[in-house]
Amino acid sequence: MSCALARDTAPTVHSSAKPDATVNPCTLCAPLGAALATAGVRGAIPLLHGAQGCATYIRRYLISHFREPMDVASSSFGEAQTVFGGEDNLGRALDNVLAQYHPELVTVATTCLAETIGDDVPLLLTRYRARTGSAPPLVHAATPSYKDGHVEGFHAMVYALVKALACNKGTPLRAVNLLPPLLSPADLRHLREIVAGFDVAATVLPDYADRMDGVILDQYRALPDGGTRLVDIASMPRALGSIDLTLTGRAPRASHLLAERGAPARVLGLPIGVRATDAMIETLADLTGAGRPAWLLGERGRLLDAYADGHKCVFGARVGLYGDPEFVAALAGFLLEIGARPVFCATGARNRALPEALAALPAGSVDEVLDDTDFESIGAACERHKPDLLMGSSKGYRLAHSLNIPLLRVGFPIHDRLGAGRILHVGYRGTTRLFDELVNALLQRQQDASPVGFSYL
Amino acid sequence: MSFSLLKERRAQVVRNNRDGVAALDCNKASAAGSVSQRACTFCGSRVVLYPIADALHLVHGPVGCAAYTWDIRGALSSGPELHRISCSTDMREREVVFGGEQRLEASLRRLIAQHAPRAAFVYGTCIVGVIGDDVPAVCKRVEADVGIPVIPVLAEGFRGTKRDGYNAACGALLTLIGTGDTRTVKPQSINLLGDFNVAGESWIIRKYFEEMGVEVVSVLTGDGRVDEIRRAHGARLNVVQCAGSMTPLAKAMQERYGIPFIRVSFFGIEDTADALYRTAEHMDTPQVMERARALVGREISRVLPELRACKQDLAGKRAGLYVGGAFKAFSLVRALRQLGVSVVLAGTQTGSQEEYEELQAVCDENTVIVDDTNPLELASFLVEQDVDVFIGGVKERPIAYKLGIGFCDHNHERKIALAGFEGALAFAREVRATATSPIWNLMPRRMRAAAPMGDKP
Repeated sequence: MSCALARDTAPTVHSSAKPDATVNPCTLCAPLGAALATAGVRGAIPLLHGAQGCATYIRRYLISHFREPMDVASSSFGEAQTVFGGEDNLGRALDNVLAQYHPELVTVATTCLAETIGDDVPLLLTRYRARTGSAPPLVHAATPSYKDGHVEGFHAMVYALVKALACNKGTPLRAVNLLPPLLSPADLRHLREIVAGFDVAATVLPDYADRMDGVILDQYRALPDGGTRLVDIASMPRALGSIDLTLTGRAPRASHLLAERGAPARVLGLPIGVRATDAMIETLADLTGAGRPAWLLGERGRLLDAYADGHKCVFGARVGLYGDPEFVAALAGFLLEIGARPVFCATGARNRALPEALAALPAGSVDEVLDDTDFESIGAACERHKPDLLMGSSKGYRLAHSLNIPLLRVGFPIHDRLGAGRILHVGYRGTTRLFDELVNALLQRQQDASPVGFSYL
Repeated sequence: MSFSLLKERRAQVVRNNRDGVAALDCNKASAAGSVSQRACTFCGSRVVLYPIADALHLVHGPVGCAAYTWDIRGALSSGPELHRISCSTDMREREVVFGGEQRLEASLRRLIAQHAPRAAFVYGTCIVGVIGDDVPAVCKRVEADVGIPVIPVLAEGFRGTKRDGYNAACGALLTLIGTGDTRTVKPQSINLLGDFNVAGESWIIRKYFEEMGVEVVSVLTGDGRVDEIRRAHGARLNVVQCAGSMTPLAKAMQERYGIPFIRVSFFGIEDTADALYRTAEHMDTPQVMERARALVGREISRVLPELRACKQDLAGKRAGLYVGGAFKAFSLVRALRQLGVSVVLAGTQTGSQEEYEELQAVCDENTVIVDDTNPLELASFLVEQDVDVFIGGVKERPIAYKLGIGFCDHNHERKIALAGFEGALAFAREVRATATSPIWNLMPRRMRAAAPMGDKP
């Protein structure tokens, strides 16, 4: 391992939106993010306007990660709809979804096909509502995948939900809004727990913790329990403030919209690492006026204690990071905090959020940033930077395998291991787990490489 | 769960009645909003051609369609692994507006130069069909320069059902077949159609034929090689396993090259033995049949003792199955009956009228038969029919597990070979492992009679 001394040069930013093919994509498509965000609202079901395959591929993908039922309806375009427009199919799809699922909310996200033929979905939804009268709220987000990936689709749906539903401007409530990016159910639960530690209610949008990490059932539920209630979303403008953990880049922020409607926005990074978690805790203390709960201070102290025990193992470790911008940016901060080196930071997202976020780090913190990239380019970055370890989704498994280096699985998607939904990344507790895993992965590597092995750390 | 069958779908569900075959409405577009388990036309073409390991597979469209089909099948290769990378032209707004032909051509030229494939397949996705890129013209232009076949596979997602995608794949294969030298092909020879070498299944079947003295000229498409496919017209007989996808190809080869075909299955010991015998009948030396008899006798005596032990453990268990094509369903019904397991729920995504008649004939009284079903129907019938083990793919798995019901993957992602005699044994072990696991005794579904812990009436 080389020395972790920071260099004072700016990182190279490669935007590998190539002139030709993308090989082994580092992103999924926009409607997937929109569908998952929808699962974070109680009683909501996503409907994709387009051909059947989009909904099925996305279901299969989300099921592979979360190992939970995930129903996504489709307006099931055929050739006729492609030529003449999809209004009839959208109407029948809504009829059938309402009849089968009795949802409290239906979100309609558009596929490439519907966007390309130019269906005016807001107009179609208005006409549907006028025709049927009694439909539940219908929220639309434009999510063409020739523009965006799953990260942007997720943000677009959260923004659409806030825009359409968070309209209640009454008296202030003793509540805090939390706007997370695509996190694990374990993360969402822990974030709720942290906010509850400050004696305020948390409105987390989206909150799919209970739907995407549910209990075993006796009787099947068409729409599983869990998710943020519509009434709570409506009241978001009345909260003490919003803690926004997303990086939306060039796209508008839901928290800014909420600020316009009355709840001040605090934009933070993901709380991974001591400093980033401190920032969230300070913000919560500030917003609520409450003291820091003792159990959180205990977790902070134990995390620092773990850092002391393991710091030499990670010093100078060269780590390649890839994934959603929020994760990559937060993990880079965490690695720098413990003396490891994020040799490259890569994302397949197209919203320019990652380079922006990394620009806030001290010069020389990161050697290279790969924006809007694919695994072919990440493989080439590995050749240049020779990482000791990769941190990211299952998508890097074959790369790590071919380089014979460990892969520490974080983020989304994780479909070659059990328990993706139970991975805790955030807070002092999540950071402690990540730190242990990182140290142990590096130790394992040393043990495997040693002809005699060793029995004590 | 309150559940009522959608009006549009009432004719797609029947309860088996020995007195007469009920007509089942099938082979039609999925009801919009029904949450079909089907994918799209593109998917049909992609899964059939996917295992050809020395060809380049380029998806022309936005990134999602390629991302979802990256390394999606456990189709193994004994050599090159080009099929395991995911290549997309990753069309952006610019291409949607100005056309994607330039990007397609640049992608093809770069990837062919980089990977030196023996052929290239270009898959059209929805928006390519809408914006009107002339994909065949680009393919022709590149083919003329690079000297390998560059084959357009135009099965845009909205064009029809998955079956239409199979047809497009068969069409693509036909452009290769007939272009190779068949002089060295032996008189006792076959092609194996519709085996995809998932978990190495083609290798098991190939080994049987080799032992019988029958040359396997090509496998379409498991562990597939372009040069083998090119000489497939030299075989004496086409042995068709996945009849749903490969019958159009077998029929076309019969017309064009006079090669007869038989429909067989290698799932279950009865069907495997039958497949080997019927193949031997088409060969013109008696030694082939003698060797087939010896092989079948030996293999059956090898696996039978453990199969019997499994049967004992499985006595009285009830199975449900939902698979892509009907021929697999027939085999599974027979294989499960061999194990003493009765099938009480059976369905397919793409069955035809005749196939459903046969399915009703092989199933017992009161078996529920479903066409193009959805999660709510499946969940409802699993409980109503008191199923112990459900057999399907990734999207069916969480429905079973959520209800505390055993599950066995018989789809693309299985890691255990289930074909042939050893596969029949592996299947029996799989079914036993899940159907007789002690964990189910802890689940609410099985504890209904007992008082739930800590739950006061």
